[in-house]
Amino acid sequence: MNRSSLLAAAALASLLTACDNSDPGSDPGSDPGPSAYGANPQLPEQEHGLLPSMKIAEPAQWGGKKPTVPDGFTVTAIATDLGIPRQTLVLPNGDILVAEGRGGGAPPLRPKDFIAGIIKAKGTTSVKSGNRLTLLRDKDGDGVYEERTVFADKLNAPYGLALVNDQLYVANQDALVRFSYHEGQTRADGPPVKVTDLPSYINHHWTKSLAASADGRFLYVGIGSNSNITERGMPAEADRAMIWEIDAQTGAHRPYATGIRNPTALAIQPGTGKLWAVVNERDELGPNLVPDYLTSVRDGAFYGWPYSYWGQNVDPRVQPQDPQKVASAIQPDYSLGAHVAALGVAFSVPAMGGRFADGVFVGEHGSWNRNVPSGYKVVFVPFRDGAPAGPPVDVVTGFRGDDGKTYGRPVGVTVDPKGALIVADDLSNTIWRVTSNNRTPTAEAPSRPDTAKP
Amino acid sequence: MHAVLLAATIPLFLGGLLSDIAYYSNYDVQWNNFAAWLIAGGMVFTGLALLSSLIDLFRARGRRKQALFTVVLLLVTFALGLVNSFVHVRDAYGTMPDGLILSAVVTVAAILATWVGFSSLRTGVTP
Repeated sequence: MNRSSLLAAAALASLLTACDNSDPGSDPGSDPGPSAYGANPQLPEQEHGLLPSMKIAEPAQWGGKKPTVPDGFTVTAIATDLGIPRQTLVLPNGDILVAEGRGGGAPPLRPKDFIAGIIKAKGTTSVKSGNRLTLLRDKDGDGVYEERTVFADKLNAPYGLALVNDQLYVANQDALVRFSYHEGQTRADGPPVKVTDLPSYINHHWTKSLAASADGRFLYVGIGSNSNITERGMPAEADRAMIWEIDAQTGAHRPYATGIRNPTALAIQPGTGKLWAVVNERDELGPNLVPDYLTSVRDGAFYGWPYSYWGQNVDPRVQPQDPQKVASAIQPDYSLGAHVAALGVAFSVPAMGGRFADGVFVGEHGSWNRNVPSGYKVVFVPFRDGAPAGPPVDVVTGFRGDDGKTYGRPVGVTVDPKGALIVADDLSNTIWRVTSNNRTPTAEAPSRPDTAKP
Repeated sequence: MHAVLLAATIPLFLGGLLSDIAYYSNYDVQWNNFAAWLIAGGMVFTGLALLSSLIDLFRARGRRKQALFTVVLLLVTFALGLVNSFVHVRDAYGTMPDGLILSAVVTVAAILATWVGFSSLRTGVTP
């Protein structure tokens, strides 16, 4: 009897210690230091605990509260009660288009997927998918967007948006489509025309980000991987984790960059015309791995997924490995920190003023795979000579309250050339507009190319 | 009833072990999915058998020792099976080799538990 209880005690003890190992609370490195950001982040050892560390957002209403912005700036909600706003586009006349919807719906594959699906759904909105584009208009320029129309509906989880001359391109979760557009239009003339189908089998990462080249000849579409780290098998990853370059005229495509796990937002750099992306990296290697990143996207480059991350750091969960691919993997430009879930990127304009004149804004949806949450804010990455220079600066915060509740989650960010930052919030279904208080009316934006970012 | 629950654990955990062996050797991720489900099924029956063996323990008159041993073995199977289930939550080859080793250990534990359990059942019906 004594021996048996010993056995049981030993079994229980081993179980408990095994659980404890995976407890992120016992990990002193939970909070990312400054070394987590920038061109050369310090990458900790991989952790393969029993359960991934988790902290799911606990949604709450804003009530009278608002996000926090830096001194000298004001934030206002210019639209509420949307159908899950993701990305926005500022049109030449100042109107704002909002893409609304929820895509995906990959079938659960393992017992894990059932449980994780229920847990993660708690941290997102329960509103019905809008599947439409809403147009917001500020008729008198007072910062109040009093007119609101449905520009187009019956779309399939629209996400990326781009305007090229008189063509409005929309990246649905299964196809790139276009509408004809003329300035001042509040409703599309009719249903869209399909430019090309996009990979949509399973659609684990369903968001299709979009940007148009400076000359408008090409459209770039970001296509996320079909799994965290190939757990649905490699055949499911055909045409995934890459950025397509699509000929706007013919709809023909070629892979522009590959191994880029989930490029959730794209933008063209003014002046250089270079393509930039924010990318979400893999989960379940510990709270401080793997950094999500901001990078200029090089033609033909391979960014490592699934075999390796941040250059040549091999991920042993992927078997068989491919040493040749690993050797060819290039390092991204700038780490945003692990699990921040960057979903929006936009280049600033001088009209944003002062320290926000040169750089990019990044919308960070916020983590789940971390005991101490990261992200849940909009940051500004300052640039110098066309490249990131310096640590990220908080711009819009307060999406997570000190009470541990989450009021909003930023997704797409867009810069209004007149000097305003537009932030889509897909938890409270709100569009926020951040403006400088001492904006001079003469601070007119320099002439902008016809193209626009998602 | 207890016998049915006990008997179900072996093929399920054994199936999980065989699936793990298959994934370990051929990298076909579908085997990983099979293993996760088979182990989950094995856990359901281990849990029910554990409850049933606890009831037997309190009702047993003569063979208390054997009944207790069954409970302990099932508890060990359940604890190791739970760890194994968590290991099988990992993505892709992250389950290996821990999952394979644990599957082998859990299968052996389930066989022992069933063996002892069956002999205690047999002696239980003849007072």
